Order: sequence, then C-alpha cells, then structure tokens
Amino acid sequence: MNSETTHDDHHHGAPKGLTRWLFTTNHKDIGSLYLWFSFIMLLLGGTYAMGIRAELMQPGIQYFDPETFNMLTTMHGLIMVFGAIMPAFVGLANWLIPMMIGAPDMALPRMNNWSFWILPVAATMLLIASPAFGWTFYAPLSTEYSGGIAFFVFAVHLLGFSSIMGSINIIATILNMRAPGMTLMKMPLFVWTWLITAFLLIAVMPVLAGAVTMMLTDHYFGTAFFKAAGGGDPVLFQHVFWFFGHPEVYIMILPAFGIVSHIIPTFSRKKLFGYTSMVYATASIAFLSFIVWAHHMFTVGMPVAGELFFMYATMLIAVPTGVKVFNWVSTMWRGAMTFETPMLFSIAFVFLFTLGGFSGLMLAITTADFQYHDTYFVVAHFHYVLVTGSLFTIIAAAYYWLPKWTGNMYNEGLGKWHFWLSTISVNVTFFPMHFTGLAGMPRRYADYPLQFADFNFISSIGAFVFGLSQLLFLYIVIACIRSKKAEDKATDQVWEGAEGLEWEIPSPAPYHTFATPPEIK
Amino acid sequence: MSSAQDGYYLPQPSHWPVVGSLGLALTTGGFAMALPASAGGEMGSLTTMYIGFAVVVFMLFGWFGVVAKESESGAYNAQVDRSFRMGMGWFIFSEVMFFAAFFGVLFYMRVFAQAWQGGESDNAIMNLTHDWLYSEYKPVWPHAGPTGGEVNAISPWGIPALNTALLLASSVTVTIAHHALRAGHRGALVLWLLISVVLGFIFIGFQVYEYIHLYSVGVKLTSGAYGSTFYMLTGFHGLHVTIGAIILLVILVRCIKGHFKPESHFGFEAAAWYWHFVDVVWLGLFIFVYIL
Repeated sequence: MNSETTHDDHHHGAPKGLTRWLFTTNHKDIGSLYLWFSFIMLLLGGTYAMGIRAELMQPGIQYFDPETFNMLTTMHGLIMVFGAIMPAFVGLANWLIPMMIGAPDMALPRMNNWSFWILPVAATMLLIASPAFGWTFYAPLSTEYSGGIAFFVFAVHLLGFSSIMGSINIIATILNMRAPGMTLMKMPLFVWTWLITAFLLIAVMPVLAGAVTMMLTDHYFGTAFFKAAGGGDPVLFQHVFWFFGHPEVYIMILPAFGIVSHIIPTFSRKKLFGYTSMVYATASIAFLSFIVWAHHMFTVGMPVAGELFFMYATMLIAVPTGVKVFNWVSTMWRGAMTFETPMLFSIAFVFLFTLGGFSGLMLAITTADFQYHDTYFVVAHFHYVLVTGSLFTIIAAAYYWLPKWTGNMYNEGLGKWHFWLSTISVNVTFFPMHFTGLAGMPRRYADYPLQFADFNFISSIGAFVFGLSQLLFLYIVIACIRSKKAEDKATDQVWEGAEGLEWEIPSPAPYHTFATPPEIK
Repeated sequence: MSSAQDGYYLPQPSHWPVVGSLGLALTTGGFAMALPASAGGEMGSLTTMYIGFAVVVFMLFGWFGVVAKESESGAYNAQVDRSFRMGMGWFIFSEVMFFAAFFGVLFYMRVFAQAWQGGESDNAIMNLTHDWLYSEYKPVWPHAGPTGGEVNAISPWGIPALNTALLLASSVTVTIAHHALRAGHRGALVLWLLISVVLGFIFIGFQVYEYIHLYSVGVKLTSGAYGSTFYMLTGFHGLHVTIGAIILLVILVRCIKGHFKPESHFGFEAAAWYWHFVDVVWLGLFIFVYIL
C-alpha cells in the first residue's frame, strides 16, 4: 500500500510493525483502524442479530431463555450503534476530510489516535457487561438491574469521551485546515455534513454521560434521580436519554447524506442539484433534532400540549429531508447514468431510506403512535433508516473510495452480487416487520403468538441471507487490498465523473498528502 | 514529518495516547470491579483503580510535557495555535452541555415532578401518581420525596456567598495575571496567578467544610431529590474547580520556569478559559441551587 511513496524530507513512508498502528498520528492509518474496528463490530453485532432471528424463526422458546434473548437484543443495538455505524463514519471522516479540503492531516493528530484507541477498551467493557435491559437502558429496569451495571456505564463514558475528542478534531480540521480558497460554501458536502454532525456529537454525548452517571449513582450510591419515592421520576430518564438519543439518530444519518451527495453526481455525470439547499437542509435537520426527542415517548404520559408540540416539530423534519431527496432525484434527472456498485447502493439508499422516512412520519402522529409504539413496526422503521440508510451508504462509500485507498479496483461483478443479495434480503427481512408490527407484535420478546409465525419465518430467512452476504463484502475488500494484478490498477481519478481534491492525488493516496496546500480556484 | 519552515506542525507517532487508554481501562475497570455486584453489597479493593489513575497522571505529565517542549521550541505556528484554541473552546462547550444536563434535571424535578407528585397539575392525568400512591404528600422544596422526609434548607448567605466572592475574585486575578503576561511583567504574572490558585484551593476547602457540615445535619447524597441534585451539581463543579486549580498550578510552575511569551501563550489562556468556565457554572449553581 505504501510501496510507491517517495522518500524525502517531507514524505516519510509508513512505519513498520505493530507500533505503526498503536502509535500512529496519520489520519489514513487511523481511518483504516476505525473502519476495520467497525467492520469487526458489524460482524459481531450481526452475530447477535442472527441469534435473535434464529430464536424468532418459530414461535416458542428454541435456543435462548428470555433473559439471554434480552441480552442479545440489547447488545445487538449497542454494538451496531456505538461500535459499527458511528466508528465507520468517523473512519471515513479521518480518511476523507483532510484529502477533500487539501489539509496535510487532521488538526490534532495525537488526540486523533487517542479517540480511536479508547474504542477497543470501551468495546471490551461493553462485552464484559453484556446487560439485558435494552439498548435504551430505561430506568427503573436499568437502575434496579440485578447484575452489575458499572462496566456498562463506564463503557458509555469512554465511548462518549472518544466521540467528543474525535468531533473536536473534525471541527478544528474543517474550520482551520482548509486549503486557501476553499470557502465554506465550496466545501464538499461530506465535509459539511460531518461539520454539523460533529457539532451534534459534542452537544449531546455529554448529556448521555450525565444520564449514565445518574443511573450509576441511583444504582450504587442511593440517589433518587429516577425514583418516584425519593422525589425523582423514571420518566425523567427517558427525557434525558432521548435528548441525547434523537440527535444521535441524525449523527448516524447526516454523514450518509453527505456520502450519497458525492456518489450520485459522479455516476450521473452532473453537478449536484441544489448544493446550497443541501447545506441549509442539513443545518435545519440538526436544529430540529434538538426539539423532537419526546416523540420516542408519546405513550409514557405527557401533557397534551407536549404531545402536540413534539408531533408537529417532528413532522417539520420531513421538509428539509424532502429537500434532500428531491435534490438527489433531480441530480439523476437526465444524467448520463451508469450503475456501478457504489451507485447501486446509493440509489437503493434514496429509495429505501425514503421508505423508512415515511414510516417515521406515521410514527410521528401521536394518536397513531399509541398503536405502533414498541411494536415491530418501529423495528422495521429504524432498520430501514439505519441499515438501508446508514449502513448502505457506508458500504457505498467503501466501494466508492476503496480504489483511492488501495490503488486497486474491486471486483465489480462480485460487488453487484453483494448489492443484489443485500438489497433483496434486507427487504425480505424488514418489510414483513411492518405487517407484524401493525398487527400488534411487540418488540423485545423471545416468543410470540402463532398468528405471527409466517412473517417471522420469512424475516429470519432474509436475515440469514443478509448476514452471510456481508461475508462476501469482507472477501471483496480483502481481495481488493491484496490484488497485485495490473488490470486492477486504479487511475488517479478512478471514476470518470468524479470531482474533488481526493481524485487529483495518486491512487493509492500517498502516506502524506498536501504537505503544501493546493490552491482552490 | 517535523515542522517545515512555516508548515503545519505534524507530530511524530506517539505512545502517550495508548498509555492513556491503558490508564483509563485500569481506572474505570478497577472501579467497576470494586463496586458491589448487587445493590447494598460491600465495596471491593480500589487498588487497580488507583494504579490506573496513576497511569493517567503519568500520561498527562508525559503528553503535556511533550506539548510544552514543542511549544517552547517554537514548533507551532499561528495555524496550530488556532487548532488548539478551537479544541479548547469546543471542549468547554462539551462541559457546558454536561452541566446543562444536570441543571435540566434540577429544573424538571422542581417544576414538573414536584407538581405532579404533589397533585398540583391542572392536568388530572398527570396527578395520578399523587392520587394513587402519595395522596398525603405536599412537597415543598427542598424535599427528599414522598418517602424521604424533611430536608434542612441550606442558607446561601453563609459559605456559599463567601465562595461566590472567592471564585469571582480569582477570575479577576487570573485576568490581571493575563494582562501582566502580555505586558511582560513576569513578577506580577507569578504573583497574581499564585493568588488565583490560592483562592481556588480556599474555595475547595470551604466546599469540603460545607459538605462535612451538611452531612452532620443530615443533608446527604441519599436525601432524595434534593440531596441527589445538590451533591451531583456541586460535586461535579467541585471536581472541575479542583482540576482547574491543578491546571492553574501547573501553568504557574511553567510561568516560574519562564515559559510563555507576551504574544503567544495558549497554555495560559486555555487554563484561564477553563477557570472562567467553572466560575460561570458556579454562578448558575449559586442562583439555581442555593438561592432559588
């Protein structure tokens, strides 16, 4: 990967051995670490999901007792959110932002290393804890949990620590390290969306840290934050948690919007339609994310004025999101389109994420939500926005930039296989959950009545295919990295329609890029 | 890549972050293992936590030592300085949000939870907890909840008012020290910074004294809603004052050793920002926890 780097005073090649990865201050190395970590977590979280679907394939208790089943759903959620999706986006930010803005590296390279190397510690502690109180760890279930909760609490603290440091780095890099001439409104959209995402992270991760701290003291030190008997309120936990939790879901989708806004113009061979409106829409979504949190808790008991406010505020989000979807579609309109794997995943994203958005609108309606709340309809909704939304764009990004990172093209035929297997199986998995949910099947149960058996069987088959398909992705990535074949060599621009600074440097990108900043016209 | 003529300084690979991760793993893991497996059990040994804490302190000295050395050698240009400023500013913003969460909790408990548990809401549904569980309960702040009994109110006009004066004064003295640094008056710089550090530690001493007094009159962490919010807010603030005072102390030592220049002294400014931040949080505490 580094064989072609030049060796003079300013361009050292990559160091060798294990310490290269342990001590690295290079944004590309750290980006790779993040991406591999998140891929391992994706497979681990996926293994938990396979366990869930195996248990739910038929009614009755098959493989896991209910407590273990609860642990599976809890750990699946926590690992996918904090271990797979978030670190993957940070990894992409590390690799891409300095190359996109013409910076020599991230603004604070040593802190960048620390942001990553806290993650394995946090993940280990999460696995030691393996709690069974749901990924949302509502009080009083979590505060009166029979096992120890301290490992879980500290794992969340460390994850927050890592996210905040990573975000500070990203903001400082974007605001301070842009090449001369790259004004804010000339920044690539992935950079814009990450700037706003980093702001959201710094704003809400400390609130999550506060929530788990209160959970810790309620459990071990006799405080009464979430105990009605002491003048506290269990509902308060939900308010604090979702004040974090709602911006969190945009943290997991805004960088995805940025990625799709790069890929669709490239393969449509047109400029992105409505760049400025994309920026403002992203900022609007970020602002709205702070005033909609209680739509997660319509059924918990709130004054009617509160329910109405949170319903209307939530529905407002459809406006800037709609702007984005129309912009992507308009970008494709009359474009000279080709359908390479990144484009396929991006188009699937536009269609399926919008579907998840629509079910979100249904859930936003307070009165209707009393029917949908905590059913598989909710599970269907957030898997459409998180799997076919966030995960699909991460995969699209990997295919799109892999030739730049490795210098080799991936196997396009296998990539298309990966796409079709994933897209079909993900719909087989999650589409039936809309029906089981509307029919009243609740989340988080190891067993269910006989009437839900057929749809659950279909979901499980889809899930197994989807899970196995991701091993194909692993194979494609490794084959791409290791390829020595001359016909696999990527050009500097890689894609015919690709525009941006990262496509003007060699493939693979040298270990150090833009030691002297480029001039942006 | 080391600093080119006027390029952005990019550090060599560093072992300090991994040392920090090891320290954090031992600190948090050691604490988690010491905590009782079930509520009300015995605390285990904290040795691992202390070792981890020592590793974190070792890392901080090592890492900041490297940064101070690089800074004094003139490796950082104006652009690097700007990165540090942004980093510190956004870090303080994250701290503001951390405290905002606890202020929000205090607000929720006093405005919503108290009214609902006392049956004072206009909305009959919100009074159900009161009607069904605690129909006798008439909460008046400060209270420890339906089963917690009475709590003694803490007068703001004793030690808390004195502490307010101390902390405000220390913010002024830090600013005087800053002006002295910019004017090149090293003697005045050291003197005023020393006064700030001393004022900070006196504040912490008074806070400890107040805690001991409150525990003796029965206002404890376990005193329901009031005890929880009071000790969580003032406790985390006290922790931040302690950290801030130690940072100022380190900066003081660096000033005595002749570090910082009139035109470039980010380390000093970062410490001063942090000190002003804990001061502002204290004003919030004084108003919302002690007076109101």
